[in-house]
Amino acid sequence: MSENPKDAAVTTPAQSAGAQLTKDAGPGDVLLKVTGLQKHFPIRKGLLQRQVGAVRAVDGLDFEVRAGETLGVVGESGCGKSTMGRLITRLLEPTAGTVEFQGKDITHLDAGGMRPMRRDVQMIFQDPYSSLNPRHTVGTIVGAPFRLQGVQPEGGVKKEVQRILSVVGLNPEHYNRYPHEFSGGQRQRIGIARALALNPKLVVADEPVSALDVSIQAQVVNLLDDLQQELGLTYVIIAHDLSVVRHVSDRIAVMYLGKIVELADRESLYKAPMHPYTKALMSAVPIPDPKRRGVKSERILLKGDVPSPISPPSGCRFHTRCWKATEICRTTEPALVELKPGQRVACHHPENFEDQAPQETVLLSAAKEAAELVPEAVLEESAETSAAVAAEVSEPPQEVSDPPEDVSEPPRDTDDK
Amino acid sequence: MSKPVKAALGEPAGVAPSDADDAFLSVRDLRIHFNTDDGLVKSVDGVSFDVRRGKTLGIVGESGSGKSVTSLGVMGLHRSANAKVSGEVWLDGQELIAADPDEVRRLRGRKMAMIFQDPLSAMHPYYTVGQQIVEAYRVHHDVSKKVAKQRAVEMLDRVGIPEPNKRVDGYPHEFSGGMRQRAMIAMALVNNPELLIADEPTTALDVTVQAQILDLIRDLQKEFGSAVIMITHDLGVVAEMADDLLVMYGGRCVERGPAESVFSEPRHPYTWGLLGSMPRLDREETDRLIPIKGSPPSLINLPEGCAFNPRCPYADIPKDNVTRTVRPELTEVGGRHWAACHMTQEQRQRIWTEEIAPKL
Repeated sequence: MSENPKDAAVTTPAQSAGAQLTKDAGPGDVLLKVTGLQKHFPIRKGLLQRQVGAVRAVDGLDFEVRAGETLGVVGESGCGKSTMGRLITRLLEPTAGTVEFQGKDITHLDAGGMRPMRRDVQMIFQDPYSSLNPRHTVGTIVGAPFRLQGVQPEGGVKKEVQRILSVVGLNPEHYNRYPHEFSGGQRQRIGIARALALNPKLVVADEPVSALDVSIQAQVVNLLDDLQQELGLTYVIIAHDLSVVRHVSDRIAVMYLGKIVELADRESLYKAPMHPYTKALMSAVPIPDPKRRGVKSERILLKGDVPSPISPPSGCRFHTRCWKATEICRTTEPALVELKPGQRVACHHPENFEDQAPQETVLLSAAKEAAELVPEAVLEESAETSAAVAAEVSEPPQEVSDPPEDVSEPPRDTDDK
Repeated sequence: MSKPVKAALGEPAGVAPSDADDAFLSVRDLRIHFNTDDGLVKSVDGVSFDVRRGKTLGIVGESGSGKSVTSLGVMGLHRSANAKVSGEVWLDGQELIAADPDEVRRLRGRKMAMIFQDPLSAMHPYYTVGQQIVEAYRVHHDVSKKVAKQRAVEMLDRVGIPEPNKRVDGYPHEFSGGMRQRAMIAMALVNNPELLIADEPTTALDVTVQAQILDLIRDLQKEFGSAVIMITHDLGVVAEMADDLLVMYGGRCVERGPAESVFSEPRHPYTWGLLGSMPRLDREETDRLIPIKGSPPSLINLPEGCAFNPRCPYADIPKDNVTRTVRPELTEVGGRHWAACHMTQEQRQRIWTEEIAPKL
């Protein structure tokens, strides 16, 4: 990118007093650890505002973010990914669970307690039009973190702000301009500059490029990439665009209705997704190549919409739309377990792997309907791969007494048309 | 045909493709300018294209490239005092720009219909979905409300809304995003239009819902044989839907041709830029994207010469600084494939095969 300021000196201006509460995490160490994280938004009704229910936006998340990596979080709207971002930056108070940053529990810190942490955890917002105060100049916006944290950078705030502006590819002379004088891409750079002002360790970016045009999107993605390399940042990037997420992430968490259904490194996830939802999600992405139009047989169409998070389905939350769902999926919630090194999946009947509940062979009626929307080729291929994997696995994770053919036989075979 | 003669081929700003005769919709040199306090905004400045029955034309471009304004122009929705519309729009042998507004209104909704990007703002919050579909139907058909409602239920069922009997009495806010978009498609299709314009029909939707909606549009097109114009910024969506492709930049068409050849052999640096800007799931990961530098131009002060020249990495290749002084015309670069660029065919061929294609 032409604006990429390669020569920008990378200093650590604000790494001082407040950040010494905790030890610095080296590359690869766990920077952020989330256990059993929940956020339920109460629904109140009536004169007494009694709670009649809750929107279970985030309902039990376990994951960790290692220093220097990028964790991508994907999912459809309403799956709780943005709420998750606001929980780990503590813009929201979790209902249950813990958030540990550099080994320190920050789950219930109050505003004062969080203030020193704010230096290390920053956020980039989706909409560059509503996240910048229109009455403040760029200088004020990007300089605000210094003021709020009482940091006096070497050479003064103005000089430091101008340096950061040039790091993100903006003209330092625009210090006195107002947000409305900038284009969408430039505004997003201002938001990035503000997040980077105090040299944070963890940056949570909520849909950082989805409001931008394609050509500008690429500029910002490259910028985030460069900044990570230069400043050793750790990112949690929340997005709904699977191709963008694949491009930026080292590891990816797929969310569905407030839960992580699959968490894996990029390679494994995109080569061999294990959760049926991940598979469906990926097959739905339109490929910019008209020659592939004839071979559209691999697309999996999901039936209907995502159920309401107010009363999520029992058992596995995807069972109402899954073409492989059996009775166990309706009754028992699958745990997020590591089936392959670096690939955690919550599914009883994973794709590209041995069936976790081979005794279950009777499809739910909803699954039969769903299966009609899944192309034959996909079903056959998935049966073959799970058979192959089952044969390969020397130590099956579960005691399987049935002959391997049965194991590999996917449950849907019972519903021959 | 017993109609006034269409504009001759080889016009200044847009050249008609050779197969114009069997086109259901032909747009010739369409210009839509708006007078504003800041100056004249040339939102669309000389665009020509054809769409045949049963075929889909994809229009791609960034925000402000004039793609939506073009479609509104075709629908005749720019009759306000400050929009200046010129050029020709031929719909099934009838010219619309010079036609009587009442005449165009009779066609709108019946012969041509539109699906908008945001169904929540395109539908009236005060009326039920059913009432709105009934209204659209009764404007063009002299039937009782009961019959029209029956028709509305039928359409809701056709677009895949469960329990259409009940949902017909629901309000737009009671529908989910995908369902609302389906209801709007039902409203657009209730009169069996022969031309359907879809303006970013899936941009606000999740990928899985997007796949459902695209599938639906494709099915309906097959069933009714309508001509479809698909406006989007997502190259993936066009690649999937479009037979022909029109790439717009700064209110003009910079490249046009059969989708397959535009994707496999793009001949305009802007199209290369778009392809390089997007990460793709069907390819190995690349280390870096290749963005287009700078940002889209203002339509009030378009750059002199080729509107893309300030952002074009190859602007200095043509001699005598022509990219900055002379506006390039669309020239044919292959079968029905046109591009507006000053570089010679050989230069573009070489840059594409040696520099661009390997990096995508």
